[in-house]
Amino acid sequence: MRFIFKTDYDQDIRIVKHDGQAFWYGLLGLSLLAAPWLLSEYMLAQLVFVLIYATVGLGLMLLAGFTGQFSIGHAAFLGVGAYTQAVLTNAGWPFPLALACAGTLSAIVGIVIGVPALRVKGIYLGIATLAFGFIVEEGLARWESVTGGNAGLHVKSPAMFGWTLDSNTEFYFLCLVVVVLSTLAILNLLRSPTGRAFVAIRDSEISAQSMGIHLARYKTMSFALSAGLAGLGGALYAHKIKFLSPEQFNIVQSIDLLLMVVVGGLGSVHGVFLGAIFLITMPQLIAMGKDYLPDSVGQSPGLQAVVYGVVLVAFVMFEPHGLYGRWLKMRTYLQMFPFYRAGMFKRQKAFQKSDRLK
Amino acid sequence: MSGPLLSASDLTVRFGGLVAVNKVSFDVQRGEVFTIIGPNGAGKTTVFNLISRIYQPTAGNIRYEGEDLVAQPPHAVAALGIARTFQNIELFEFASVLQNLLIGTHTHRRTSLWQDILFTGATRRAEIHARRKAEEVIDFLSLQRYRDMMVAGLPYGVRKVVELARALCAEPKLLLLDEPSSGLNVEETDDMAWWIQDIQRDLGITVLMVEHDMSLVSKVSDRVLAMNQGEVLALGTPEEVQSHAGVIEAYLGSTDDLSSLRRSAA
Repeated sequence: MRFIFKTDYDQDIRIVKHDGQAFWYGLLGLSLLAAPWLLSEYMLAQLVFVLIYATVGLGLMLLAGFTGQFSIGHAAFLGVGAYTQAVLTNAGWPFPLALACAGTLSAIVGIVIGVPALRVKGIYLGIATLAFGFIVEEGLARWESVTGGNAGLHVKSPAMFGWTLDSNTEFYFLCLVVVVLSTLAILNLLRSPTGRAFVAIRDSEISAQSMGIHLARYKTMSFALSAGLAGLGGALYAHKIKFLSPEQFNIVQSIDLLLMVVVGGLGSVHGVFLGAIFLITMPQLIAMGKDYLPDSVGQSPGLQAVVYGVVLVAFVMFEPHGLYGRWLKMRTYLQMFPFYRAGMFKRQKAFQKSDRLK
Repeated sequence: MSGPLLSASDLTVRFGGLVAVNKVSFDVQRGEVFTIIGPNGAGKTTVFNLISRIYQPTAGNIRYEGEDLVAQPPHAVAALGIARTFQNIELFEFASVLQNLLIGTHTHRRTSLWQDILFTGATRRAEIHARRKAEEVIDFLSLQRYRDMMVAGLPYGVRKVVELARALCAEPKLLLLDEPSSGLNVEETDDMAWWIQDIQRDLGITVLMVEHDMSLVSKVSDRVLAMNQGEVLALGTPEEVQSHAGVIEAYLGSTDDLSSLRRSAA
C-alpha cells in the first residue's frame, strides 16, 4: 500500500497524486504518441475507434456515473454531432470550427432534452431519453434535404485552409488531442465545486438541495456537457466512418454506449477507457472465437448481441464496479499480499433508505 | 440587527385532509438553542421541512432576519445561512468524508463552470479556501481519522457527526438538527451534547433542533417548544415544559385514560 503524507492543500488538489502515477501516465502518453509508428494500420484504426468511443463515453459517464441520470438515447447526441460535422465539413468549413459547432449544437439539444427530463427520475428518465433517441433517428431519416435520409451521407476528410487530414496518422492525432482535452476537462470538473455538485445530486438530491445546489441548473449542465462530448465524439466518428446513415444512431448504438460505461465501471474515468477498449475489442474476440464453435452457433447472426447481453448481466451481477473495480481489487491484492481479505471492497448496507433509487 | 433570527407565525400545512401542522407560531432568538419536542407524528420534522423549504406552507409565514423565507426557492435557503441535518442521515454515500464536507461549502462557491473546467487560479484558490474551512470543522469535531474514508463504510455514529460537520461547513447562522441523538449510544449522545454547546458558545451559531432524548434536551436547550398532533402544547424553559400537564398527558396519556383502562381490565 502506498501512503501519501500530505503537507499542503495543493497535494490534495492536483491531478497527478504521486510520482508513480506520473511515471505510468507519462509512459502511456509516450506510447500513444509513438503509436502510429509502432502499430499496424489495422490496429491504429481500432485505436482511433477506442479514442472516439472514449470521448462519447466520458460524456455518458459524467451523466450516468457522476450525476446519476441514465440516458438510453445517447446515440441521438452522437448522431447530431456526426451530421453537424458532416454537413459543415462538406460545406467547406475548417474542421476545428465544425467540431466546435458539432459539440455546441449537441449540447444545445442536450439542454432541450434535459429541461423536461428534470421532472422525471430513474426508469422514467430512461424511457424519456429512449423516446428522444427514436425521435432523432427518425428525424435524421426524414430530413432528406440535409441528411440525405436513408440513402446516407458521404463525409469529406477534415480540412483547414488547404491542409487536409487525409492520412490515418493525422486523424489519429486529431482524435488523441480531443480525447486528452476532454479527459482533462472532466478531471478538472470532478475536482471542482461543479463536479462535486453532480456527485451530490447522484447520491442524495434532497440533501444536495439543502446544501444550496440548484438541482435543475446542475442537471441541465450535466446533460449539456454530456451531450456536447457525445457530439464531439460523433463528429470524429463521422470522419472515421466517412459515410453516415440514420441506423448507425439507433437504440443498439445507445445500448452499446451504456454497456461501455457499465462494463468499464460507473463512477470512474478509467472505466470509460476500459469500457471503450472492451467495446472495440469484443467483436474481434467474438469473430476469432467463431471458428472454434459449431456452425449452428458460430455462424448465427445474433451471436454478438447474445454475448454482449451475457457480459452485461454478468457484470451487473458479479462486478458492479466494472472492469476498473476488478483492476482495483487485483492491484490491492498484489499490494497487500498476503493480507487481502475477500470482503474488503464490499460496501456496507445503507442503514436507512429514503426515496432514492439505488 | 435586533429581533428574532427566525420567526414563524400561524404556520399551517395540510396534506390532503391531514393537518400536519396547525397554526404554529414561535420565535427563535439569536444565539439560543431552541428545541422542538413531541410524540411521533407531532409535526416536528414537518416544521423543519417547512423552514428548509422542502414543503410549502398552506398558510402562515416564516420570517428569517426580517425577510420572507417562504418566497425563497429551496436551494437558496443555504445561502441565507440556514444549514440542516436529516433524521435518516442523507450523506453523499459514495464520496469521501472530505468531499462531503467540501460539498457543504458549496453555497460559498464563486467560480463559474468555465473556470472549473479549465481549473483556473481562481478555482484553485477557492478549493484551498474550502479545504481550509473543512479542516477547521474536522478539527472541531475530531474527524481526522475518517477524512479520506468513503461514507458508505462508516459506522452510524460517525455518519451522524459527518452530517453535522457538513452542515457546519456551510458556515450557517442557523443550524437545524433533526434528531441529532437518534441511533447514538449514551457516550456518543454525550459527545453530541458537548458539540451542540460548543457550536452555540464558541461558534455563535443559533441551533434549532428536534429531539426525543430528554436528558440531552434539558442539558443543552435554552427554550423548548412541545408539540402534539400539529399544535403547540407548551413553550418555555426545559423544566417548565417537562412539568407542563399537557405535555405529560401527550406523552403518557391522562389519568382519566389510565383509570378507564384499569376499569376495563378489572
